[in-house]
Formats: sequence, structure tokens, C-alpha cells
Amino acid sequence: MLFAGFGGQGVLFAGKVAAYAGLIENKEISWLPSYGPEMRGGTANCSVCISDTPIGSPLVTNPNVLVVMNLPSLDKFIDTVEPGGTVIIDSSLIDKKVEREDLNVYYVPSSALAEENELGGLSNMILVGKLFKEICTAGDHSFCTEETLDAAIQKCIPARKANMLDVNRKAVALGAQA
Amino acid sequence: MQTVFQKPSVLTDAPMHYCPGCTHGIVHRLVAQALEELGVEGKAVGVASVGCSVMCYDYFSCDMVQAPHGRAQAVATGLKRARPENVIFTYQGDGDLAAIGTAETVHAATRGENITVIFINNAIYGMTGGQMAPTSLPGQVTQTTPYGRDTNTAGYPVKVCELLSTLDGVALAQRVTVNNVKNVNIARKAIKKAFQNQIEGKGYSIIEVLSTCPTNWGLSPTEALKWLEENMIPYYPLGVYKDVEGGVKK
Amino acid sequence: MKVLMKGNEALAEAAIRAGCRHFFGYPITPQTELAAYMSKRMPKIGGTYLQAESEIAAVNMVLGASAAGVRAMTSSSSPGVSLKGEGISYMAGSDLPALIINVQRGGPGLGGIQPSQADYWQATKATGHGDFQILVFAPSTVQEMVDLVSDAFDLADQYRMPAMILADGMLGQMMEPVTLPEEGGKAPIEKPWAACGHGGKREHNIVNSLYLTPDKLESLVKERFARYEIIKEKEQRAEEYLTDDADVVVVAYGASSRVAKGAVNKARELGLKAGLVRPITLWPFPADALNRAASHAKALLAVEMSMGQMVDDVKLAINCQKPVHFFGRTGGMIPTPAEVLEQIKGLV
Repeated sequence: MLFAGFGGQGVLFAGKVAAYAGLIENKEISWLPSYGPEMRGGTANCSVCISDTPIGSPLVTNPNVLVVMNLPSLDKFIDTVEPGGTVIIDSSLIDKKVEREDLNVYYVPSSALAEENELGGLSNMILVGKLFKEICTAGDHSFCTEETLDAAIQKCIPARKANMLDVNRKAVALGAQA
Repeated sequence: MQTVFQKPSVLTDAPMHYCPGCTHGIVHRLVAQALEELGVEGKAVGVASVGCSVMCYDYFSCDMVQAPHGRAQAVATGLKRARPENVIFTYQGDGDLAAIGTAETVHAATRGENITVIFINNAIYGMTGGQMAPTSLPGQVTQTTPYGRDTNTAGYPVKVCELLSTLDGVALAQRVTVNNVKNVNIARKAIKKAFQNQIEGKGYSIIEVLSTCPTNWGLSPTEALKWLEENMIPYYPLGVYKDVEGGVKK
Repeated sequence: MKVLMKGNEALAEAAIRAGCRHFFGYPITPQTELAAYMSKRMPKIGGTYLQAESEIAAVNMVLGASAAGVRAMTSSSSPGVSLKGEGISYMAGSDLPALIINVQRGGPGLGGIQPSQADYWQATKATGHGDFQILVFAPSTVQEMVDLVSDAFDLADQYRMPAMILADGMLGQMMEPVTLPEEGGKAPIEKPWAACGHGGKREHNIVNSLYLTPDKLESLVKERFARYEIIKEKEQRAEEYLTDDADVVVVAYGASSRVAKGAVNKARELGLKAGLVRPITLWPFPADALNRAASHAKALLAVEMSMGQMVDDVKLAINCQKPVHFFGRTGGMIPTPAEVLEQIKGLV
């Protein structure tokens, strides 16, 4: 899986939640962020591998799943997605349709939904909700349950930010319905 | 027979390699005497620097570590942080402390590292045969300033005590010399105080000792002392530049 | 249960659990999380975290702490490790143990900040001036980073020499599940040579690398090299993966070995007999494993994130008895499994 967007949108966090879900299910997993100056306002992305076998290169060059939160990232990565793969797009920030016809594309207006529901900054978790609904807990690539996702979120939110747990859950639920 | 004079126990029996008239021997003795009087020989670890005094690890009978050129105070920092109960000192020349080791010196000082620094300033590189030091005087002839140190091209000497006394981490900065009995006594007390400070946890203490290098100055030992009095002391005034009574550690 | 940790943080925690309480460093991407982790943990366990004024100062603080007999370490990335070369040479010349971590990035010069393996020569051949070697370990997973830290400290102590973990930006930045060891497994060995104050109970210890008499210096260097021979015999480590019947043996370490393994697996799916030798120690270089694999291979292929640095050691290790090819990307580029697979296909 590849999570991509602007720095600050929480793409690394979204990837971490997915990685933890894999860990909880005893899968082989890896999480690799882009790093350096591009973290600051530029494009940020992270590669997440969840597998039954040991992971070779943790760098995802041809993702099965692309979760994308800005236009430059969509343009950059759309052609790398494996045929038959899935793309989840924040359609409130990306005003563009995917031309490829061999992909399953979900358009989720996650930024707008976050705003409307007073979940500022949790657009990423709305997309995570969609990702788990469509891919991680259902279909050919499913590897976990909704409970796993909840446990993963708990793992990723440090104790001192425990008050953030419920809003994250709310965002995930919104995404699942979107 | 009554013993009226003896070598401090903190000096070994190894014959020193220093040139006739060099003041390293006197300063070695003062350091050894201070450690002995304070009863800390068994806890002392010295750091030898690169320069004429590099082999002082053979002359002091306490544990010794020889540091890369300029890094004595970084090495001393490591030793002290590893074992704060030990008494750590560096013994450095002007090239080591004020040229290649300037960063290590300034930062050990500003951290208030609880160590004792003995700084030998003889205004020349002795070990390598008499090149310009960071503390060579304006106009001073050395192997690499054959026409005299031209401040337009070679800049000005570094005044270490003055420089370091601006830093909040420094508990004691004092410049002494060992050209006569009176000054040797002052130096003896200063060096002892610099160790006492460390034992009391007061922070960074540095004693700069204006020293002679008859060989590389091209002078006899007596002429060298005279040159020191007439040229170095006026440029590098003796005295206490900083002395924080209660130390710099909170 | 396993925890998910970044490689850099896992290295730090593993060092603490291996009994290291003295860390001296200087910030540089992509290893900074290691220092940040230490700055958080060390004050809580009575240890030292000190942000030095330079890489040079940091490595010499390690020298001082190690001379005092404690476990000490520093970490950096490529340009910073160049600065540490001086201290590493002095530590080698003073027979001091220490751990140096290099989370490599692209070079030369300021280079880039993306993962690289272009410091192989530096680590294995020219960390500093003079006749010496250091132990060099090359982990390829976050778990292996954890495991090798305590081994590196133990062997550094045992053989009285610096050890390096040669990682890279990918391994430092990535998260994988790890199992951390219990704290304080092995009892630290005695260090009667340490400069920690003789307490009036023994002769003074001198930690020193200066020997002005050539025959004395030569005999000390030779003594050290005799030790190196023992290390070469006893401490070589490598993973041999599907090499028993391999026609093409890929040789890769660290991050590039992960890519190479992926390519080997794909080759096997296509019915091509490919295998992998993954050096875990870069010095001592695992010549035994390579010779085993080379004995029946048709060709070897070194895959590196550099212009080809380890490849020479592969040729030397097998005495050029089989052709040794090279494929590499550099400057922060990471080879893809598909690229490596193409190379394998070309050699079958």
C-alpha cells in the first residue's frame, strides 16, 4: 500500500494504523516513510507492506492500494498502481477523475466530511475507514476485522493523547459509510 | 639525614624528554603536587594532548589517556561523564587547545564541564619545530612567520583566558607564569584551586601558564625567561579573569 | 508481543538494553531519531546523552568514556562518519572498544539524504589512517539491527576494537515489528586496562596510540593483525539463501539484500536457479559462505546501492574462480526487484 499527500495531512499516521493492524494479525509488515525536507509542506508518502511471507524491499513501487490526498501525489503515483488495484482519493482536494479503467477507484470527499463533522485534521482517518471497509476487512486482500482496526488505532495514539481516540473512531466510521 | 626536598609521588621516575630551560617540568611538578596534596592521585586520570607534552602519560603516575590533536577536552568530557567520581585533567599546549581544539575547548567550557584544564602557552609549536602558534605574538619570528607574524595576513593571537571568561560555564580562568619563585607559588596555588574546584563540583577551571620554549625561540634559558617577561606578560597580563566562588553548577 | 519500531529507535533501545549508558552524538539526517530517542531515555535511567559540538568531539567523547571502561557509542550518517574517522583510528590504535553507527546516505560531499551503501569502502577499508580494521555489521531488518547491537558491543569488548553497524536511511527510517531483548543479559567483562583511577592498588594504566619507536609500533600492529586473523576465522557471518543449487548467486547486504531476495524469489518462480549470499559481517567478510556458494555457481552478481564497492571483496573472497558481475544504483536510488531480476536472467 502507498499513502501519499502533503506533509501534515497525516499520511504517515494512516500508514502506521494499517501497519499495526497487520502486526496484530501476525502478518509480516513494514512501514517506510519518505523523509527529509519534503516532510515540511512538500509531498509526503509512506510505503506499507502487509504480507504472509517475509518482506523484501519495503519500498512500494507498484502498490496494490493507493490512498492519495493531493493532486501532485495522484499524478505521480497513479500509473504505478498494479492493474486491478484500488485507489482511494480525497475528492474534496482532488478535482480530477482517474482515467485508467483497470482500477477500483473510490472518491471520498474526506476533507469536506472532516470539516462538516468537526473532525479537523482527521481526513486521513476517514480514508483509513474507507480502506478498511473496502479492502482490509473484505474481499480478496482482507486480513483483519473491524476490531483489529480499533486495536491498531489504540496502539497508534499515545496515552497522553487518549482523548483523541473517540474522534478517530468517529472519523473511521464516517469513512466506512462514505 | 633530613629530607628537605622530594619528588611528588604523582611523578614517575621516567626521565623527562623536555629541552633544557623548558618550563613543562615545573608545571608537571605543580600538577603532581596538587594531586598529591589533595590526596586524589588514585582517582586522577590525566589526558595528554598532542604536542611536546604528549608523552606526559609516562611522567604522571596516575592513569593517563592520550587524546587526538585538539580533542583532549572532548576525551576528558567522556572520561568525566563515564566516571564523575574521578578527577580529570587535560594538559594541553597552545596549538592543541587554541587552534585545532578551539571548538572542543570553547564547548567544554560553555558546558561547564567539571574538569581541570592546564594550558601551556609558549607562543610557538614546539614538537614540530617552531612554527607559528595561535598565541604567537604580533611580529614574532617563527619557522612559518620568517618575517615576523604579520597581523594583516596571519591575524592576531588568541587570548584564551579573556575569551573563555565570557562564557557562563567557566568557574575559574586564571593566567599565571613560572618565571620566578613568587610566580611559581601563585601558579601552584592556582593549579591546586583548579583541582579543588572540580572536587567540589564547581565546573570548568582553566589555568593558563605562560611558558618558555628556549629551543624554538632560539634563546638561552635565561634569555627566554627575559623574553617572556618583556614580551609575553605585557600582551597576556597575568591574573584571575574569572572566579565564580560558588561554581557554575546548579 | 512484538512492537513496531523505527530502525533508528530500535538501535537506540537495543544499545540501552545492551548496557550502554553513554551516548555522544550530533544531529544529521537520516539518523537523528536515534539521538532523539537517547535524549529522551538516558536522563531517566541515569545515563549520559550529550549533544556534542561536532562529530569529531562526539567520537572523542566516546574515546574518553570507553577509556574509562564503560560501554559508549555514537551514531551519525555518512558525512558525519567521515569526521569520526580520526577518533576511530585513535580508538583502534589504543585498543578501545566502542560502537559507531552509520545510517548511510548518498555521497560524496553533502550528497543527499536518501538511503545509500556508498560508505562500504570507508567502513571496511579506510575508516581512518593507519593499519587497522574495525568490526562491521550489516543488518537487513529492524529486528537484526536490534540483535546486532548487543553482539557488536560484546565483540568490541572481547577483541578490544571499535565496531560499526553499517545501516542506511531505509533501515533507519522504516518500521518493522521487533522483539526486544531483556535488559542486562550478559554480565559486562572486566576491563583491567581502563583508565579509571588506580586507587593506589596497581600501576598506572595508559591508554595510548603513540609509539615513536618503529619496531615497537610494528610489533603492536602485528599483534593486532594476529587478532584480526582470529576474528576472520571465528566471526564471519552470512545468510545463505537458496544457494545449494544456485547457478546465479546474488551477493548483497543490508537494504539492497532485501531487494535482491525479492528478485531471487521471483527468479525461482520462473524456474531460474538463483540464490543469495547476504553478508552480515562486512568485516570480517564472509569468504567461507561465498566460496561454498561459488563452488557450484556459474556466476555471481553483487547488488549494491553504490557504484560497486563490495564487489571487489567478492572477487577476492572467491579468488576470481567464477565471473563476478555487478549491478547497482547510487545517490539514494534504490534498485527494484524487477531490475535485479533482469540482471539474473541475463546471467543464467
